[in-house]
Parts: sequence; structure tokens; C-alpha cells
Amino acid sequence: MTAIPAFAPAYPEIFMALAALALLMLGVFRKNDSMTLVTWLSVLVMTATAVLAVHGTDSAVTFNKLFVVNGFTVFAKVLTLLGAGLTLVLINVWAQGEKVARFELPLLVLFSVLGMMLMISANDLIALYLGVELQSLSLYVLAAYHRDNQRATEAGVKYFVLGALASGLLLYGSSLVYGFAGTTTFEGLATAVKSGPDSIGVTIGIVFVISGLAFKVSAVPFHMWTPDVYEGAPTPITAFFSVAPKIAGLCLFLRALVGPFAGMIEQWQQVIIVIAVLSMTWGAIAAIAQKSIKRLMAYSSIGHVGYALIGLVVGNEEGARGLLFYLLIYLFMNVGTFAVIMSMRVKGKYVEEIGDLAGLSRNNPGMAMALAILMFSMAGIPPMAGFLGKFYIFVAAVNAGFVALAVVGLLASVVGAFYYLRLIKIMYFDEPTAAIIDPPGLTTGIIMAVSSALMLLFFIVPAPLVSGAEAAARALFLG
Amino acid sequence: MIVASLAFYLFSIMAVVGALNVIFQRNPVHSVLWLIFTFFNAAALFVLLGAEFVAMILVVVYVGAVAVLFLFVVMMLDINVVVLREGFLKYLPIGALIGILLLVELAVVYGGWTMAPQAKALRVVPTPDPDQLTNTEALGRVMYTDYAYLFQVSGLILLVAMIGAIVLTLRRRPGVRKQKISDQVQRDSKDTVTLVQVQSGKGLS
Repeated sequence: MTAIPAFAPAYPEIFMALAALALLMLGVFRKNDSMTLVTWLSVLVMTATAVLAVHGTDSAVTFNKLFVVNGFTVFAKVLTLLGAGLTLVLINVWAQGEKVARFELPLLVLFSVLGMMLMISANDLIALYLGVELQSLSLYVLAAYHRDNQRATEAGVKYFVLGALASGLLLYGSSLVYGFAGTTTFEGLATAVKSGPDSIGVTIGIVFVISGLAFKVSAVPFHMWTPDVYEGAPTPITAFFSVAPKIAGLCLFLRALVGPFAGMIEQWQQVIIVIAVLSMTWGAIAAIAQKSIKRLMAYSSIGHVGYALIGLVVGNEEGARGLLFYLLIYLFMNVGTFAVIMSMRVKGKYVEEIGDLAGLSRNNPGMAMALAILMFSMAGIPPMAGFLGKFYIFVAAVNAGFVALAVVGLLASVVGAFYYLRLIKIMYFDEPTAAIIDPPGLTTGIIMAVSSALMLLFFIVPAPLVSGAEAAARALFLG
Repeated sequence: MIVASLAFYLFSIMAVVGALNVIFQRNPVHSVLWLIFTFFNAAALFVLLGAEFVAMILVVVYVGAVAVLFLFVVMMLDINVVVLREGFLKYLPIGALIGILLLVELAVVYGGWTMAPQAKALRVVPTPDPDQLTNTEALGRVMYTDYAYLFQVSGLILLVAMIGAIVLTLRRRPGVRKQKISDQVQRDSKDTVTLVQVQSGKGLS
């Protein structure tokens, strides 16, 4: 009968799933106060998973072609784990401070990261969908975790309803594609799409799949949920939302489009161009009027997804390299910024108005400095790493002949620079308000300092990261 | 053959009528009952297609578990349908427009449907001959072997759903008396019952 499939390529995921189950048991039997323990054990599990992924099988397909591992998936998984691990530490700090700590919180993060890893490694439309669902279901619960807070509950319900709609679109598109190709494996789709005649059914199917995935990475015009969910969910959970799922989602997007649908690049390229242009411009314009810094970060992340999608439009090795490098920079930039937002507390209470930052440079010069560096990086101003991220993306676009797209991106980042620089102006030049922001805690302070330092470091020595991204991109196009 | 097509039209018309009633009933309990009716007709359609396993699963899982659960939820929650239906007329035009657009698109897709020339060869699990193999056996052969990975991931999704439901709803209220079975079992008659010899005519002083 059927031979037992090779488990070795999936060791990181299997380890993570088993560890999560063990931690669940630990939490249940220890009852209260085990969140800090479970959090640090979860961070340990993520680290071990990353080590397993890096030292695991180089390139393999297993489980009846449902699961794939190569240099690209390893790179994407390590990025996702890094983002999740850092934000999980922030989540613990927040939950302990607010006295809402429960051991399920790190476990939900762990399960959603497992879903992201399965997404990245998906080699079949069904596997893709199940990975997306495992990830999203945990995210919905995380959004509503602060259940006594009305805004958090609202965020959770909104996210859930719209997310279910997006999953429906994804499934509907997949069914149309399946109807055309007779298979759901990525290899099978690639051959069917490459030589098949232009079929309107499969084109519409791909558009639906793209819509579903664009929702998951919150690209315009599927971004409506983002500002509300980002504002309503607790700050460190928002930090998690803006990092790990986006990285995993964009990597999946890239794998799905340049893998099975490579033969229809002309069809999907137009769609992605529109999505990228809309995301960049809307992310820049809508952020200007925001008063809440979390809403501002939501629009900022929509804009960043737009830039990253340019790398996808290009659809070659250089574009993929640009996208991966951009995600790497984006990860540290966002985690650092959210660490700062989490430290915005006046007498122990969280504040999130932009105006509350006024005069921060006098009260807390270190935090102001860190945020200034991060904002310069977000705006893409040298000498910060954010500039390099945008640079590699735009170079890839220009080299592939998408000059107009790169110009739109440049213009959008000029508009975007306005609101990033406005934050710096408020911190450094506005008169301080009566409310003085408390000094940040030790863990938050370290994360803040390290990520802003990395922004400078990455600019000075980008070579190892770029070559890592390049190797990953090459592995993606090798197959 | 004519019996089969008659049955098909009967069940599909019933299913559509049932589905419309699910939406248009004023009383949510009636809606759920119509939903059950629709499930039964859909199950009959599956039987006509020769997919008896899916048909039975539909009845067992959807009617037996999901619909009954719906019924409980509907009966326990005090939902004011009139309030929910406010704005129905306001959103009707745009809703109808989007619906019609989708319908037209579907018609276009269906009209211009082509399949990849290799689609037949690419099939991973072709339907086996029903005379050789029953539905259940055919599904069982692939579900726990070729697709074991997907089966396990679905299990994880259900686990997350369970954890999520507990996280979002379980509250530990103070002052709730819980049954402590070990205490009950360990309780001895010596600790609680005192036997007193009552002398007649004296009573307990």
C-alpha cells in the first residue's frame, strides 16, 4: 500500500506542534500564573524550531507533494519566527502589567505561528487553505483576547467576519482553479497553466485567490479591517499582527504566484500592480489625518505591503530578493516602533494619541532617539536601513521595466515621509504637555534599543542579509 | 432514467425552496427547521450522484450536530429579528446589484468554461469505479494515507477553535460552589452524625 512519507523535512513543524501540545498540558495543570513560564518556553520552542529549520533538510517535497521545503521557505520561516518571538516577549510584558495574563495567550501565538509555517511550506491549494485557517483562527481569538474591553471585542468580531469572507473568496477561487486544472498541487497547476489555453475560468479563479490573500496581508482595496483591528486589539498583539502574519502572508503570496501560476504572469501582474499602487498611495494619504498612533501604524503597514508587492509584480529573482530583504527590515522597524508605542504610558495608563508624544525628547531622550531613528527608517531616509529596503525593491522594478511603478512608489514614500517626520517634529519641537510619559520597562527598552541600533547597523553592513535573501530567492525560482 | 431526472428536479427544487425559506422566515427557529429540510434535500441529491457516504455524513454531522446546535443557540439567545432587519430595504438595491453582477460573472465563467488539456492526466486521486469500491472505502484509502497531513492539520485547527472558545468565554466567578468529589467520597458518617439515646419522657435538653 502507501509508503510512510518522509517526516524529516517537516521536523520543525512536527516539533513545534508537539511542543505546543506539551505546553498546553503544562499550563492546564499548573493553572494560574504560568504565563511567564509558558511564554519563555514558547520563545525557546520557536528558537529551537528555527534552528531545526536552518539545519534541516535543504530541499524536499513530502506528504504526497503537499509540503515543500527549500531555501526560500527556511528563510521565510526564520523571519516569521523572529517576528513572533520578539512580539511574544512584548505580549507577556503587557499581559503581566494589565493583570490579564493567562497561559493560553502564548499558546495561541504559537499555534498561529505554526499555521504560518504551514502556509509558507504549502505546496497544494488545500494545504495552503488549512495553513491560512490555522493562522487566522488563532489571530481572531488574539484580537478579542482582552474580552472585557469593548473595542477589543469589536475588533475580534470584525476581523472574524471579514476574515471568513476572505477565506470564502480564497476557497471559491481555488475551486475554479481546480475545475480548470483537475489538480490542486502546485506542480500540477504549473504544468496545466503553462500549456493550457487562456481560460476565463482560471483567470477569475486566480483573481479570487489573489483577493483572499490580499485580505490576509491587508492590501488595498481589502484593507478595511486593518485600522479598526489594529486600534482595537491590545498594542503588543497589534505588533504581532503587523509583523508575523504579514511576513508569512507575503511569502505565501510570492510562492503561490510565481510557482503554480507562473504561466499566467501577464494576467496576475496587472492585478498586483493595481493593488500595489493603491496600497502605497492610500497608505500614505489616509495616514496623514490620523490622531491615534496605532491607526497611523495600520496605514503605515498597508503602505509597506504596497512597496513589498512591487517585488512580487516584478516576479523574478531580483524582485523576490528585494521583497525578502524589505520584510527583514520591516520586521525590526515595526517591532521597535511598537515597543515604543507600548511604552507610551502616563502614570501606568496607556495613551495612544500622537499628541501625547509632545516633548518626549526632553523627558525621555533615549526613547525619543529610538523612535526618531525608526521613523527615519520607515520613511526610507538614509542612513537608515529602511532606505535600503525600498532601494532594492525600486531597483528591481526599474531593471524589469516597471519605471512608472517605481516612480509612484517614490512619490508615495515622499508623501508618507510627511507623517513619519511629523512624529519626530512633535517629539522634538512641540512644547511638552502636562502628562509625562513613564520610562519604559527593561525588556521593552532593550527591544527598542536593539531594533533602532539594527536600523543603523543594517545600513552599514547589509551584505550578509542581502546575500541571504538572494540565496533564498534563488531557491524559490529553482523550484 | 426518467425517474432519476424527476427525482433530481424534485429534490433540487425543494432544496432551493428550503434555502429561500431559511432567509425569509421571520422566526429564527423556523429558519433553522428549514435549514434542516434543505440539508436533507441536499443529501438526497448526493445520493443521486452516487456519493452516498457524503450524503450520510451531511445528515449525521450537519443535521445531527450543527443544525441542532444552531437550534439551541437560537432558542437560548434572545434575538430581536425586527431590529436585525432594520435597514434591509436600504441595503437591498446595492445588495441586489452585487448579487446580479456576481451571477452574470458566474454565467460568463460557466459559458466559457474550458479545461486544461492535461487535466485528466493530472488528477491526483481519480474517482475509482463504484462497482469495484464503495465510497467509504475509496475515501478511507486516501484520507488517512495520502492526505494524513491535511487530516492532522484539520485536527490542529479544531484544537485552536476549542482553546479559543474557552479563552473567550470561560470565567471563574468568585463564590461559585463546585462539587468536590474527593471531599464527598472521604466524608465519614462519624464526622457528621451523632447518635443520641433519647430517654422516653425526658427529651433532649
